[in-house]
Amino acid sequence: MIASSEAATILEAVSLPGDPPVTPALVREHNLNQLEYGRIVEMLGREPTFTELGVFSALWSEHCSYKHSKSVLKSFPTAGPHVVQGPGENAGVLRLPEGWAVAFKIESHNHPSAVEPYQGAATGVGGILRDVFTMGARPVALLNSLRFGPLEEPRNRYLFAGVVRGVGDYGNCVGVPTLGGEVGFAPGYTGNPLVNAMCVGLLREKDLIRAAAHGVGNVLLAVGARTGRDGIHGASFASEELSEQSEARRPQVQVGDPFTEKLLLEASLELITSDLIVAIQDMGAAGLTSSSAEMAARGGVGVEIDTALVPTREPRMTPYEILLSESQERMLIVAEPDRVAEIQEVCARWELTATPIGQVTDDGIFRVRHGSHVVAAIPGQRLVEDCPIYHPAAEEGEQARARRSTIDPAAPVADLEGALEMLLDEPNIASKRWVYEQYDSTVQASTVLPPGSDAGVIRVPGARFGLAMTVDCNSRLVALDPYEGGKAAVAEAARNVACTGARPLGVTDCLNFGNPEKPEVFFQFREAARGISDACRVFGTPVTGGNVSFYNESPAGAIDPTPTIGMVGLLRRVEDRVGSHFDSPRDEVFILGDTSGILGGSAYWAEVCDFVGGDPPAVDLEAELQLQRFLVAAAEQHLLRSAHDCSEGGLAVTLAEAAVGGPYVPGSLGANLDLTGYAPDVPVDGVLYGEDGARAVITCAPQHAQRVIALANELGVPVFHAGRVESAGMLELQVGGQLFSWSTDALRRIYSEAIPRRMQHTDVDRAVGV
Amino acid sequence: MPRVAVVRFPGSNCDFDALRAAESVGADAYFVWHREAELRGADAVILPGGFSYGDYLRSGAIARFSPVMQAVQAHAAAGGPVLGICNGFQILCEAHLLPGALMRNAGLSFVSKPVDVIVERTDTAFTCDYEPGSRLRLPVAHGEGRFVAAPETLRMLEAEDQVVLRYVAATERSPFQPNPNGSANHIAGICNAEGNVVGIMPHPERAADRLLGLTGGSGFFTSLVTSHQHSSN
Repeated sequence: MIASSEAATILEAVSLPGDPPVTPALVREHNLNQLEYGRIVEMLGREPTFTELGVFSALWSEHCSYKHSKSVLKSFPTAGPHVVQGPGENAGVLRLPEGWAVAFKIESHNHPSAVEPYQGAATGVGGILRDVFTMGARPVALLNSLRFGPLEEPRNRYLFAGVVRGVGDYGNCVGVPTLGGEVGFAPGYTGNPLVNAMCVGLLREKDLIRAAAHGVGNVLLAVGARTGRDGIHGASFASEELSEQSEARRPQVQVGDPFTEKLLLEASLELITSDLIVAIQDMGAAGLTSSSAEMAARGGVGVEIDTALVPTREPRMTPYEILLSESQERMLIVAEPDRVAEIQEVCARWELTATPIGQVTDDGIFRVRHGSHVVAAIPGQRLVEDCPIYHPAAEEGEQARARRSTIDPAAPVADLEGALEMLLDEPNIASKRWVYEQYDSTVQASTVLPPGSDAGVIRVPGARFGLAMTVDCNSRLVALDPYEGGKAAVAEAARNVACTGARPLGVTDCLNFGNPEKPEVFFQFREAARGISDACRVFGTPVTGGNVSFYNESPAGAIDPTPTIGMVGLLRRVEDRVGSHFDSPRDEVFILGDTSGILGGSAYWAEVCDFVGGDPPAVDLEAELQLQRFLVAAAEQHLLRSAHDCSEGGLAVTLAEAAVGGPYVPGSLGANLDLTGYAPDVPVDGVLYGEDGARAVITCAPQHAQRVIALANELGVPVFHAGRVESAGMLELQVGGQLFSWSTDALRRIYSEAIPRRMQHTDVDRAVGV
Repeated sequence: MPRVAVVRFPGSNCDFDALRAAESVGADAYFVWHREAELRGADAVILPGGFSYGDYLRSGAIARFSPVMQAVQAHAAAGGPVLGICNGFQILCEAHLLPGALMRNAGLSFVSKPVDVIVERTDTAFTCDYEPGSRLRLPVAHGEGRFVAAPETLRMLEAEDQVVLRYVAATERSPFQPNPNGSANHIAGICNAEGNVVGIMPHPERAADRLLGLTGGSGFFTSLVTSHQHSSN
């Protein structure tokens, strides 16, 4: 313990002329409650200065402190023999063969995108790229998970179009392929869209660098863009509900410059691989404040920064503004003093500046000067780690319980054939080609399976292995049953990865929920996290990091709970990869896995019967694991021609997608299938549209059929031979004595036109300024 | 083996791809930074794709003033082969090494997808390994790829056989629009009157490997080797 008189002398800090007095109203404006403010005063032994109040406000925001989620996140499995870096760093890192490692992370940029879709989404991509290349990894792929309100609303179309353009323009310019993603639409996202961006990077394991400041006397350098007044308090903005006033927050949205990002990327990787620096961190949420305080806390040292030395875009910026700015494309580097000249030389080659702004100290204090005045002096470790932690009440909401226990839609549907066409026309299920054609998916010349596949797959030049990756979440299932929904999100991601032939390796998650101070929201959060934990334990896929995004609420209420799972998987030999779509006529079609025919939470009930409810099928994690093992083994033995996982829309949608979902196949492949013996006791609508997990549709060359069956039997995976791929242009299914048949050309048209048809009004939306 | 200089501008992002594609056919490929004034004995030059200087003004508009472009001009004037891919094509037009200009796509959106093209000119250093009329499937990925030129320039390009690549439909029944960006006369790539400077929007370097599903682009790089052997014999 430091004696209080001593603390008072060490922690002296002054207000600057022009600083507003720290009043209770100002404290509230900074989103700090009484308990938190009391702890600050106790920590400092005095009232904070205005600058310090800003620093605490940012670092103790939900976004930076995880104060409502920490107690739950502790339960995630984070260890494993292949884990090089778990949660707590800029990105998680897993070991790969041949000396390689993969760094990956997902993060949300929801609130900025709600008020300024283009820049909000673009800077979301920029931030996640920096999280990955500051680990020493070269970004090799981007993915994203997006949610909007229904496209019938002009504002939702405007947000959707703007976000897609923002995501695309940024990644395209930096030159990182967007390999996949998901887009969903539901009324709950009107007013609060979700924009989750994931980046995957590759590094030699020996080049891994961690963001921990070391070495008393080492220099802090600000690298990259100058600091402006944009994005001040972005972290706090992310930590409150959206309201009618949020539009006024538009100036808090940062502006992206992907060209500078590309230069930063190249310069950072060069600095890291040539061993010139000690540590590096993105100035992301809460900018200079969080990057410097977090690096110091990780290294167990103090830092001293002089904000007067930070290059700014505008004159007369205050220390408060400089510390809290979220101007993009900036890095903080820690380096030994005698390396500074070399670092500046490398940066200059990339047209960047590197400016010394402070140093590492031995007293553990986070100290900020502005010229000769000390404007903040805070115990560094406590600043980062001693924010009060909350254990909110959790109770299932009445509405969710009622919806789950309703067993049947009001009106049953007679036209089960037309139902498939309705589902394929539903933007949640329809082809996302309109989206991914705006993303460069082939730059870096390593894309083995492009967007539109179950998972994206890349090769690694010079290596034998390949990497598969996906993002998934079915929020309707999470809303109805958060625990099973959390399991289902991980299971679907793992299935998607395994369908390409890759073994699931690990997870990064982006947990998007409403206000955690509401018991029904915290219940969703806690239960979904428990489901994710259980699934990850069974699959052996540790959670290596991610992001929690709370307060996703608009005046209309909370969003559907959306715990997005980002997953990477390993193909031991990249040439073993399996595509998602029918490949050749006369190939044999098999269905893997059984169905109970349960329709609770199904897209069929939601979209065709207009009924969101019922009890979704429970996720059988052991069956999922067996299915994954089969898919990987079958791919490695080169038995498969295609594999497509069964998820939203059920078996009928899976078969239709396998037939017509290949985006650039000019011809049309169908199938003639007899499902009579598949689930004889299940009603026809359940067979066609039930969404039981642990299932996939695979095809193989006729000569491999016996080996496929034998392998499935050996691994305990139920296997049913349904028929053959046909070139006659029809998809025909026989179920329960009925014959359903669709023209593949018609299905393809519906599937591929659903989103473009709804988006053809976008230019009008823009013109009228919605 | 030919020495192939791949020019890197700040913001180039297909530089490694082009380098690897050239290396894969045995060429002695190396990077030249935009500030360098020398091409270091290059037999051929590739200007790769990307967003040189961010392309905030007009694609390629700033890159043309890079010091290295004087060397590229001199190399081209001496009859040396130059290939501009995507942003490289834009830079060649801005530098007046090729006629016409590349404008924002007709659909106003970035377009990334495989397209089908026909090779119409097979006597250049980059296309001599193709049969005339060969159909290739190559990826495009650009926001500003709509080729435009004055009517008399277009007439000249057609009359003088300067169209190297043209977008075509994959099959008669193909449900896809052949022309991804609204280019005049479906033009995907052209050459100068002498035939040594070639600019194309599609990315052959991304379609030169069986593993990536497309192999039609490898001919651009094998042609370099073939034409070099020819000229050194």
